[in-house]
Amino acid sequence: MRVNQEKLKVAILGSGNIGTDLLVKTLRSPYLTCALFIGRNMASAGMRKANELGVKISDQGIKAIQADPACCDIVFDATSALAHLQHWPILAGLNKHVIDMTPSKIGEMCVPSINLDAESATKNINMITCGGQASVPIVYAISAVQKELEYVEVVSHIASRSAGPATRLNLDEYIETTEAAVRKYSDAKHVKAILTLNPAVPCVDMQTTVLMKMANPDLDKISISIAEMVSKVQAYVPGYELRVGPVLENGRIVVTVKVCGLGDYLPKYAGNLDIINCAAIAAAEHYAKSRA
Amino acid sequence: MQNQGRRVLICDPTLRDGNHAVRHQLTCEQITKYAVAANAAGVPVIEVGHGNGLGASSLQVGLSKTDDKSALEAARKALTTTKLGIHIIPGFATIKKDLRLALDVGVDVFRIATHCTEADITERHISHIRGHGREVYGVLMMSHMASEAVLVEEASKMQAYGAEGVVIMDSAGAYLPSDVTVRIGALVNTLGIPVGFHGHNNLGMAIANSIAAVNAGAVIIDGTARGFGAGAGNTQLEALVAVFDKLKIQTGIDLYKVLDAGDVAEKYLIETLPTISSVSIVSGLSGVFSGYVKPVNRIASEYKLDPRDIFFELGRRKVVAGQEDMIIEVATDLSKRG
Repeated sequence: MRVNQEKLKVAILGSGNIGTDLLVKTLRSPYLTCALFIGRNMASAGMRKANELGVKISDQGIKAIQADPACCDIVFDATSALAHLQHWPILAGLNKHVIDMTPSKIGEMCVPSINLDAESATKNINMITCGGQASVPIVYAISAVQKELEYVEVVSHIASRSAGPATRLNLDEYIETTEAAVRKYSDAKHVKAILTLNPAVPCVDMQTTVLMKMANPDLDKISISIAEMVSKVQAYVPGYELRVGPVLENGRIVVTVKVCGLGDYLPKYAGNLDIINCAAIAAAEHYAKSRA
Repeated sequence: MQNQGRRVLICDPTLRDGNHAVRHQLTCEQITKYAVAANAAGVPVIEVGHGNGLGASSLQVGLSKTDDKSALEAARKALTTTKLGIHIIPGFATIKKDLRLALDVGVDVFRIATHCTEADITERHISHIRGHGREVYGVLMMSHMASEAVLVEEASKMQAYGAEGVVIMDSAGAYLPSDVTVRIGALVNTLGIPVGFHGHNNLGMAIANSIAAVNAGAVIIDGTARGFGAGAGNTQLEALVAVFDKLKIQTGIDLYKVLDAGDVAEKYLIETLPTISSVSIVSGLSGVFSGYVKPVNRIASEYKLDPRDIFFELGRRKVVAGQEDMIIEVATDLSKRG
């Protein structure tokens, strides 16, 4: 067991839903510690939570890291895609490793069940999107056994209450980034991403469906490949579950997964926050272990 | 009610909502034929595109036979006085892919739609169109799922983003006239911009609901030729215009020519005339989006289930528009239950 001093020091930039949930997960990690939790408003729910947890907080945004660059080894940027465009040159100048939680598409995309070592190539790794983290493993597993996918579509539904202001403002970037990831990991000729917010109460669990068109699908091979991949994802996202498929319906291959969150900051229905944060923690822990 | 001298703006989504009824298979020739007829009748605005709007061609909802660009260009060429409109839903469509295309083709009227509680996801899209100086409206879909207080709050956000009007949709055809009166009345009393109503006919209430909307102060009313649209169809445009003539509510539409447009739609666009089928009534009762009728019927037959059971289960799970993949999940679960 490691002692506290050896833990990798992280700063979390952004005190919204994602940032606050990341904080709870960071504090539980045997490899990570949160040295600084940064927002803009001391009265926000996230800042109050961090304060309760005894974590050092700042309301100075990116300036807090500029003022004390030695405070951390790694920065989670959980602000917004537009803000990350401004943050990255500053953090690069300070020689920080950055795990980008926004759909900015600047860094190297990382899905832990596929390329956990993404950070070895770059100092900016991008966690894509919640729908990307849920769907890309399935898309990748299918494309491993089924060549020349004609069309891949990923459709996610998330509970309205789990989508904070930045997520809502970044809907277009969500679609563009998810599509870029699906394209990268599948080589499909055509890709499409769709996101729907569902306001139902009680809140719905996060759900992602992968819909595909391909010539001569081999459902048995696809099933085996998906089952292997699902258990790889479950190693870092315990609530990841195959709900439907693969089935062939109306000329489409359909696979649905659900993500039940750990309930760290938001309730369990917010599997969308949980999966991208679990993925980011897995990437950060991998970096911490590789440095040890 | 004092309707004397009142005027409403009719918006006709025959070439958009109607696409749901033909699995998004409308062709450029069909679009041209109907656009010419609507233009001749003096219909102020027609909407063109995939049933869920621009950028929504998908395996989830259905792939379009005609790409958005070709469809819009065909309509653009056919129209002289009628304005060309589109419907888009953020989450399906984006500014870069879809709004830019529509701006380039010369679309006049942009209706930015979202589920009735999610107005804030339309902010960038509405303000983008305002920035280009085009006409832009906010649309709150599945509005029966929210109270009038919530609708007022959401519509006010759209007004703040720059919407020049807000239209509420009865996407499941679930309203009775008294529901419409309460909601439209609350919106008219609060907003400083025009309020509109888009009806569906699952419970046979589309025309009655449209009258209730106008009496409560709505000034934008949607209707489609022969009610061409998802499930039981929309408010029937020709009947709507006739009823408004009778009530002395001005639409600026030529009655004979809009009847002719209805005939064109029936002859060239419509495979099966909309009817209030058993399944559509259940869709209305369960408050599930009318566009689900075709996929629910198909999947019910594949899984040997009663489509009515699927609708009530979807309603219990409070699905919104755009969640068609839930139909297979529900069918799988119902099959297991036996």
